[in-house]
Amino acid sequence: MLCTNAFDQEGFLRKLSDWEPQVAEQIARAEGLELTCAHWEILHLLRDYYREYDASPAMRPLVKYCALQLGADKGRSIYLMSLFPGSPAKLGSKIAGLPKPDNCL
Amino acid sequence: MGAVDKKSVLVVVRRSPYGSSLARASLDVALAAAAFEQPLRLLFMGDGVLQLLAKQESEAIGVKNIGRLLTSLPLYDIERVYVDAAAATRYGIDLSNAPVTTQALDGPGIHQLMTDCDHVLGF
Repeated sequence: MLCTNAFDQEGFLRKLSDWEPQVAEQIARAEGLELTCAHWEILHLLRDYYREYDASPAMRPLVKYCALQLGADKGRSIYLMSLFPGSPAKLGSKIAGLPKPDNCL
Repeated sequence: MGAVDKKSVLVVVRRSPYGSSLARASLDVALAAAAFEQPLRLLFMGDGVLQLLAKQESEAIGVKNIGRLLTSLPLYDIERVYVDAAAATRYGIDLSNAPVTTQALDGPGIHQLMTDCDHVLGF
């Protein structure tokens, strides 16, 4: 368990290196989400995206990246919305321990 | 111009990648506009062509890697990326190894591009 100081006001991790799977579970719990394999698939994909492009994705590129990496079935905003309700790019990035996407409302 | 009913926007990037925060800011404007599905074109001019260098190792100075960010442009559907050919030559930029595929323009080509776009945002 990380203490509250480890997170900013919006609940994003301050230090990316603090992230580990247990931390993801902790953030997800705080957001009222139970992580399933389907969630983890997207969380790993988000972390891959960050490693590749040095940025957290906005919704549009996230959808496209999912389509490229996981196939057209999963590269749809409705699929991502079903896993991470509200703003998938923002909520997913938060649980994956990444910075808040720059271009997110 | 074709039958696009949205206003076309051209973002002109003239800043070297790590000299100031303006380089990054110009790209953030481009990505934000693209995230909202605005038809957007990007032009690298003058010192801005330095953003197209391959293998930028910005981690050493603790800032985000602009080269890697540029490789994500296709995911934002920013496909029309242009470069000032004279500046690229002056700085010896190898465009075939740039992080993003660009179309090189000469002076008249740049003038035409600016004339064709409804809005030009310069940084």
